[in-house]
Amino acid sequence: MTAVAYVWQVGECLLAIALAPLFAGWVGQCRAWLQNRSAPPLWQPYLILRKLFHKDAALATDASWLFRLAPYVVFSTMVVAAAIIPSVTTDLPLARVADAIALVGVFATGRVFISLAAMDIGTAFGSMGARREMMVGFLAEPALLMVLFSAFMTHGSTALPEMVEGLLSQPHIVLHPSLFFSGVAFVMVLLAENARLPVDNPSTHLELTMIHEAMILEYSARHLALLEWASWLKLFNYACIGFALFMPWGIALHGASAGLLALAIAALLAKLVVAGAALALFETLSAKLRLFRAPEFLTMAFLFAVLGLLVYLLLGA
Amino acid sequence: MPPVNMATQVVQMLAGALLLISFAMLAERRSRRLLILLVWQGVVLVTSTVLVAASAHLTHLYYSAALTLLLKVCVLPLILFRLMRKLGIERDNEPLVNVPTLMLVGLCLVIFAFGLAQPVTALATTVLRKTLGIAIAVILLSFLMILARRKAFTQVIGFLSLENGLFFAATTTTYGMPMVVELGMALDLLVAVFIFGIFFFHIREQFDSLDLDQLESLKED
Amino acid sequence: MHVVSALTTTTPLTGLLVLVASWLLIGALGLVQPNRIGWVARTLFPLGALVALGVAGMGAMSLTPGFAAQSSVLALGLPDMPFHVRLDALSGFFLLLLGSAGAGISIFAAGYFRQGEGTAPGLLCLQYHVFLASMALVVLADDAYLFMVAWETMALSSYFLVVTQHRIPEIRRAGFLYLLMAHVGALGILLSFGVLQGGSWQMTFDAMRAAHLTPAWASAAFVLALFGFGAKAGLVPLHVWLPEAHPAAPSPVSAMMSGLMLKVGVYGLLRVSWDLLHAGPWWWGLLTLGLGLGTALYGAIFAAVQTDMKRLLAYSSIENIGLIFAGIGLALLCRSFDMRLLAALALAAALIHSFNHAFFKSLLFLVTGSVMHATGERSLGKLGGLIRYMPWVAALALIGSLAIAGLPPLNGFVSEWLLLQAFLQTPRIPHAFLNMIVPLGAALVALTAALAGYVMVKFYGVIFLGQPRERALENARDAGWLERFGLSWLALGCVLIGVFPQVALDVVGRITLQLVGTTVRRGPSPWWMTPITSSQTSYSGLWLWVGLLLVIGATFVLVRRIYHGRVRRTPPWDCGYPWQTPRMQDSSEGFGQPIRHLFGPVFRMQRELPHPSDPKPKYRVLVQEHFWHQLYLPLARLVQRTAERVTILQGGRLSTYLLYSFMTLILLLVWVL
Repeated sequence: MTAVAYVWQVGECLLAIALAPLFAGWVGQCRAWLQNRSAPPLWQPYLILRKLFHKDAALATDASWLFRLAPYVVFSTMVVAAAIIPSVTTDLPLARVADAIALVGVFATGRVFISLAAMDIGTAFGSMGARREMMVGFLAEPALLMVLFSAFMTHGSTALPEMVEGLLSQPHIVLHPSLFFSGVAFVMVLLAENARLPVDNPSTHLELTMIHEAMILEYSARHLALLEWASWLKLFNYACIGFALFMPWGIALHGASAGLLALAIAALLAKLVVAGAALALFETLSAKLRLFRAPEFLTMAFLFAVLGLLVYLLLGA
Repeated sequence: MPPVNMATQVVQMLAGALLLISFAMLAERRSRRLLILLVWQGVVLVTSTVLVAASAHLTHLYYSAALTLLLKVCVLPLILFRLMRKLGIERDNEPLVNVPTLMLVGLCLVIFAFGLAQPVTALATTVLRKTLGIAIAVILLSFLMILARRKAFTQVIGFLSLENGLFFAATTTTYGMPMVVELGMALDLLVAVFIFGIFFFHIREQFDSLDLDQLESLKED
Repeated sequence: MHVVSALTTTTPLTGLLVLVASWLLIGALGLVQPNRIGWVARTLFPLGALVALGVAGMGAMSLTPGFAAQSSVLALGLPDMPFHVRLDALSGFFLLLLGSAGAGISIFAAGYFRQGEGTAPGLLCLQYHVFLASMALVVLADDAYLFMVAWETMALSSYFLVVTQHRIPEIRRAGFLYLLMAHVGALGILLSFGVLQGGSWQMTFDAMRAAHLTPAWASAAFVLALFGFGAKAGLVPLHVWLPEAHPAAPSPVSAMMSGLMLKVGVYGLLRVSWDLLHAGPWWWGLLTLGLGLGTALYGAIFAAVQTDMKRLLAYSSIENIGLIFAGIGLALLCRSFDMRLLAALALAAALIHSFNHAFFKSLLFLVTGSVMHATGERSLGKLGGLIRYMPWVAALALIGSLAIAGLPPLNGFVSEWLLLQAFLQTPRIPHAFLNMIVPLGAALVALTAALAGYVMVKFYGVIFLGQPRERALENARDAGWLERFGLSWLALGCVLIGVFPQVALDVVGRITLQLVGTTVRRGPSPWWMTPITSSQTSYSGLWLWVGLLLVIGATFVLVRRIYHGRVRRTPPWDCGYPWQTPRMQDSSEGFGQPIRHLFGPVFRMQRELPHPSDPKPKYRVLVQEHFWHQLYLPLARLVQRTAERVTILQGGRLSTYLLYSFMTLILLLVWVL
């Protein structure tokens, strides 16, 4: 593990942190265009973050240390996840620390902490949000794990960089039916876990329809900034996982030159543009599901993921 | 890269798509969307037949594909659409058991079908024999759909989906059926759908609804 | 010289026997002044904890590389059947588990037991230490006789511990059910041993190892052992005693039963199926795997809808035991196909999970003990907000909850990771149908793990977070220093195993070496875990901790430096509705409602819904198990009816009894002729 590799590792992390609000801004712009209204500027999320960081934190009188700690923990889990996912290069020395299963576990840690923080205040909204988030989470997490398992079966390793290298090193395009099922399942899980339509409306202000927003209702100022950043990072991370599993072309391999790395960054940006637009399109075309249809949606995702595994075991592909 | 390999892979992907559509039909509530899924199933079937025909150089499969296109993608859906509009049954269609349970049972059926297919796969000779498991799974899932639905219309769609599964099994494992058999089956399907249509009108006249649970009241107690 | 070498070579086993005897002695000393708390709690229990540490040390010694199994014959027992004891890697591991978790529990118990709670403290001390000693003897036993004697002692002493507060009828009922199920299980174990001796009528384990059983008899022995040990460990459907007995017992006893006794059941199954029986057909493994996965899911689903905190933890124990049995089943399956490395991996996962469970489940049960002492409440509907009044207990409970939920970088994740890695390798099984079904077990394990997270958020959130649901909770005081020490000890164990998983894997490797014949691959250093190959998959708990803490620290410092850290306190958001009460937050029923809705058919639910015109609207939901009503109650009624038929024989008249004796005599005479 050369020093350069470590530099690129940290660089990829910082790139993720820097690009995530931009990605969220791009999705917002696409949505606005599709809804035929004028969009806020692309860098609006950065302005939101700046505004929030400047404010005084207004904490509830009964908030405990867990409430104050949770935003840092959630943000840190998302940053660590960004360090593990190969978005630009597979030469990630720290990715050996955690493999795909640990990645899912790290996401779960973030989810548990934010749910606990939501329950800390003791109002109806927080506990409702926590309950709903855990309900969505307990079905989405196994679905994501099964998607990663199918990918493992096809590529032979649960370490994400190795998976990407395996896919990129194949000489010709190979179509895997199992990855087809896994892809559908992955998109469904992405929508559910990132609080997107049709599971949760990220721009709602009606408490009874909230899942993610209800949990962060009590937060303000820098805590809210960190939580928003963490949710944007989560979307970015999920997008990068999707790229790594299903569209890895462009990711620089071991020992790549600086030129290839620049190309990889450009490829990433291009993929993000397309993914953001597709996400916005899908969100605009869907209506929000009734809350208890959400488990059905997620059960379908879970079953598709399991089906992907089964199809792989049957067809060997 | 030799074209055969690519064709095989695409057909395997289409098999996956077929399974996906069957599952989606299991979970779908609205009649209109069910019919659209059936049409997509037909399209997938036509595409895969054409690909198998191209890769194995069998001309009779082209005729099969043309027949399928005509019947399953054009004529039958058209008849069913008009039936649907006349009967006015575009509303929500709850299955007997709730959807997640249905999906779980469906998954168990898929596992069973895959397990069943493995020894049979060893006997077949075509390149695509591994997709027999998927074909059996589609058949079993269509059966499940017929079982688990209340309204008569969705049961017809399940029946047609069953036939689609059989056709797919025939195409990939034995390179199609004798033409006479195919023509006979196509004719049977057409007649069946006509008869179903007539029956629907009668049922609705009798009970004011197409809910098949109402047929129980015909029992002599 | 010879004496010294003799001492060093026989020290672990004889040391253990001495320690076990000292436990019995400590127990007996409790009877000296049974009612003095100071003597019993402050002196004897800490002594017991020290003994437990010694036991753990001896167990650890047997896990060092190059340790040969030691056995010896005690001068106790019947003239023809003396007690045999044996210390090998497997028993050493479970002794390590017993000792280390037991030490923490004993320290906690030293601060926990108070005056006037049913049984006298001295008597409690006796029962407690006899319980510990009998568990150690079960693990050390090398013949069926000592095994059963120690097993029965364990059951009996734990029964008395469960009914400590025997004046309450529910507790008596729970104890009775527990004793009944324990004996049903013991019967299965006894029959299994009877089959295992294979005609030699020697009850020693050595004889059983050498016996050659036909496949049918071997399967019978296995199924009986699975039944018997499953009943003790809490495998569905033999689990019905667990949710009753664990809440009924005082918290240190619940911790011991859940953390230690269930593992002794696991030990028994491991001993019988791996050591005494040789490789069997694959359906053994499939049966255990299926039962384990079903148990895990069942336990998790039921835990999510409980309203009593100890019942919730009891069901969570059932879930974890299910995962352990799933690992054992997978290992058995792989053994029957001669896939040794995979069997070692699965077995390692099961063993490490047993160890982890002993720590975090004991920790959580002890936490409930502190909460009960501080608040007097057991129902989740009357707790809340305790993080403000009991900060130490809350912080340690957080570690325990995160560990159970299987979150990295704590210890629960390590064993789940290993189990999932084992499942991932299963498509290589050379059987056509199995290589498709078994990998799906990973889906069930993932689902169970996610549900466990749900359960723990509910547990921790409803008890410690939010607003107190009762006014009296504001008087709650934090636990005493002895209790804190015990809790910290267990929490430290959770953290350490999470940070150094490779150490745990190495330790367990000795056992897999002994049982399977191979060991999981060694990683390059204590903090990297690479069980298969380093290019395939790896995990490092230490670096994950470091990474997380580094980023948290960096974020905190950067935010404070670049911006500021000012805070204002305000009332929480009320959406314009000023009359907020603590009752408006989710109750435990409310938090479990999505699970009730999704998994409806699994429960037997009775609901009372309020009417619009009710003057005092009431909502009541009762969630029970189908097994109880559809399996056990009909069985009990059948037994009752059969017994009533048999009582017809008891006419009550003397002449009838004399007639019986006369008829028997005539029959025997005829037979002789």
